[in-house]
Amino acid sequence: MNLEILGYSFIQKGLIAGTAIAIICSLMGMFLVLRRYSLFGDALSHMAFGGISLGLFTGIYPLWTAFIVSVLGALGITKLRKSTKISGDAAIAVLLVSGLGIGVLLISATGGFKVDLFSFLFGSILLISTEDMLLILGISSGIIATLVALRKQLLHLTFDEEQAQVSGINTDKLNYVFVVLASITVITSMRLVGILLISALIVLPNITAIMFGKGFKKTIALSVSMSVISVVSGIILSYYLDLAPSGTIVMISVAMLVGTLLFKYVNVLGKSHVIQKLTSEA
Amino acid sequence: MNVLEVSDVSIKYNGHLAVDKINFNVKEGDLLGIVGPNGAGKTTLFKAIIGLQNHSGKIKLFGYDEADYQPLLPLIGYVSQKVSFEPNFPATVSEVVSMGLIPEKKLRKGAVLLKNCGYSWNLLYKKVGKDSDKVLECLKTAGLESLKDRRIGDLSGGELQRVFIAKALVKDPVLLILDEPVTGVDADAQNKFYTVLRKINTENKITIVWSSHDLEAISKLANRVACMNRKLFFHGEKEEFFSNKELLKTYAESAMQMHMHDHN
Ligand SMILES: Nc1ncnc2c1ncn2[C@@H]1O[C@H](COP(=O)(O)OP(=O)(O)OP(=O)(O)O)[C@@H](O)[C@H]1O
Ligand SMILES: [Mg+2]
Repeated sequence: MNLEILGYSFIQKGLIAGTAIAIICSLMGMFLVLRRYSLFGDALSHMAFGGISLGLFTGIYPLWTAFIVSVLGALGITKLRKSTKISGDAAIAVLLVSGLGIGVLLISATGGFKVDLFSFLFGSILLISTEDMLLILGISSGIIATLVALRKQLLHLTFDEEQAQVSGINTDKLNYVFVVLASITVITSMRLVGILLISALIVLPNITAIMFGKGFKKTIALSVSMSVISVVSGIILSYYLDLAPSGTIVMISVAMLVGTLLFKYVNVLGKSHVIQKLTSEA
Repeated sequence: MNVLEVSDVSIKYNGHLAVDKINFNVKEGDLLGIVGPNGAGKTTLFKAIIGLQNHSGKIKLFGYDEADYQPLLPLIGYVSQKVSFEPNFPATVSEVVSMGLIPEKKLRKGAVLLKNCGYSWNLLYKKVGKDSDKVLECLKTAGLESLKDRRIGDLSGGELQRVFIAKALVKDPVLLILDEPVTGVDADAQNKFYTVLRKINTENKITIVWSSHDLEAISKLANRVACMNRKLFFHGEKEEFFSNKELLKTYAESAMQMHMHDHN
C-alpha cells in the first residue's frame, strides 16, 4: 500500500476533520457512557434528522435547523427527567422516536428522499469543503476547551451527583451545559459517520478503553487514541477497498472491542489454567 | 461557638413526618453521636443540613442563616450512607479522593465567612501544599496507601467506606457529617477509623456529627449524644445518656423491633 493518497486534498481534509471528530466523540462519549446515556447520541442524531428534514422542508440551511431542534430536544428531555421520574433510557426513547417521527412526516410532505439526506444519514466525510473542515476544527476546539475547563466538575458530577452538589457545584446548570455540548458534538460529527452510526463513535472506543482497568486519565487517553486510530485507518482503508468510510470506521471500532474482549478472555482462561495446574500439583 | 444550630426542624415526605420539630446545637469541637433506629430520620436530617432537603424550621451554620451559609457547604465533609456509582467507573482510589478537593476560589469564599465569625480554621492538610500530597496524606490517614492505584469498583465495601472518608477529609472540613460511616467495615478497620476520628476531633479540633447504630463505639468516642426517632428524645452529655436506664431501654426496644423487622 503506498500512501500517495495522503497527497489528495479531499483525503487530507477528511483526515483532519475526522481526527477532530474522533477526539470530541470519545471525550463526550466517556461522560455519556458513564452516566448511562449511551444512546443519547442516537437520540440527538435522530432529533437532528427531524431538524434536517425541517430545514429541507422550509429551505433553511439544514445544519442550523438540526442544531436548534437537537438542542431544544435535549434541554426539554433534561427538564422532563428532572420534574418527572422518567428513567434515562425511556427519556432517550421519547427523544429518538419524536425526532424520527417529525423527520419521516416532513420528508413525506416534501415528496420523498433527496440526495442531501443520504449524506446526512450515512456520512460524507470525503465530500467536505475547506470551510466545513475549518468549521469542524473550530467547533471541536471549543468543545475540547470547555471539557478541559469543566473536567473536574464533570467528573465529580458523573461519579456522584449528590456529592458534587454538596461540594458547591451547580449541578443543574452543569447538566444543561452538558447536554448542549453533547448536542453540538453530535451535529458536528454527523458529517463523518452519519446519523445512523453516530453512537458507535460515542460508545465503542469508551467501553473498549474502560475494559483495560486503568484510572480516568489513562482510560481517556486510551479511548481517544483508539477513536483516532479507527477513524484514520477507516478513511484510508475505505479508499483502497472502495467501501463507505462510515461503515469501515465503525467496523474497525467493533473489531478493537472484540479483540480486547478476546484478549481478556484468553488472559482469564490462561490464568485459570495456571491455577488449575497449581492446584492439581498441590 | 455553635457550629450548627437546628431549631424546630420538621421534614415531610408525602405528608408523612420523617423529622418532627427537632432542636439541638453542636458546639465547636463536639463529637456528637446520633442514634436512632432505622427510619428514625437521621439521614433525612443530614440532607437538610447540607442543603439537599427542603424543611421547615431553621438551620444555622457558624451563626449564619441558610441563605448566607451556602459558601460554607463545600467545607463540610459529608460521607453519605449510600453511595451508588457505576461499577465499571474508570477511576483509581486516589482519583476519587481528589474529587473531594475544593477549588481555591470556593475555599476562599468560605474562609471569609469563617473569619468574620471568628472561627479559627485548623487546616489539617492545607499546610501540606500540593494537591497530590494532600491526597496522599489523606490516603495514609484512612489506611489506603497500598490501594491508591486500584480501580474504585474493585474495592470491598469496607475499603470503599474508607475511600469516601478520605474524600471528605481532603477538603480540610470545618465540620464532618458521617452517616453510618463504618457500617460493613470489619472490626479492625473500625477501630482504625475510630482512632482517626478521635485524632481529628481532639488534635485538629474538627467538629464531628456522626450517626451510628453502634452504642459501644459512641460511648467510647462521642462527648455528646442525640437520640431520635422522628422526634428528639435526648440531647446532651454522653454520660447522662448512658446513665439514663429508661432511655437506653426505650432505644434498645425500638432497635430490637427493627431488628426483628429486618429478619421477617
Ligand atoms: N425519598 C424519600 N421519599 C419518601 N420517604 C422517604 C424518603 N427518604 C426517606 N424516607 C422515609 O423517611 C423516614 C426516615 O428515613 P431516613 O433515611 O432519614 O432514616 P434513618 O434514620 O437514616 O434510617 P437508617 O438507620 O436506616 O439509615 C423513613 O420512614 C423513610 O422511609
Ligand atoms: Mg440513614
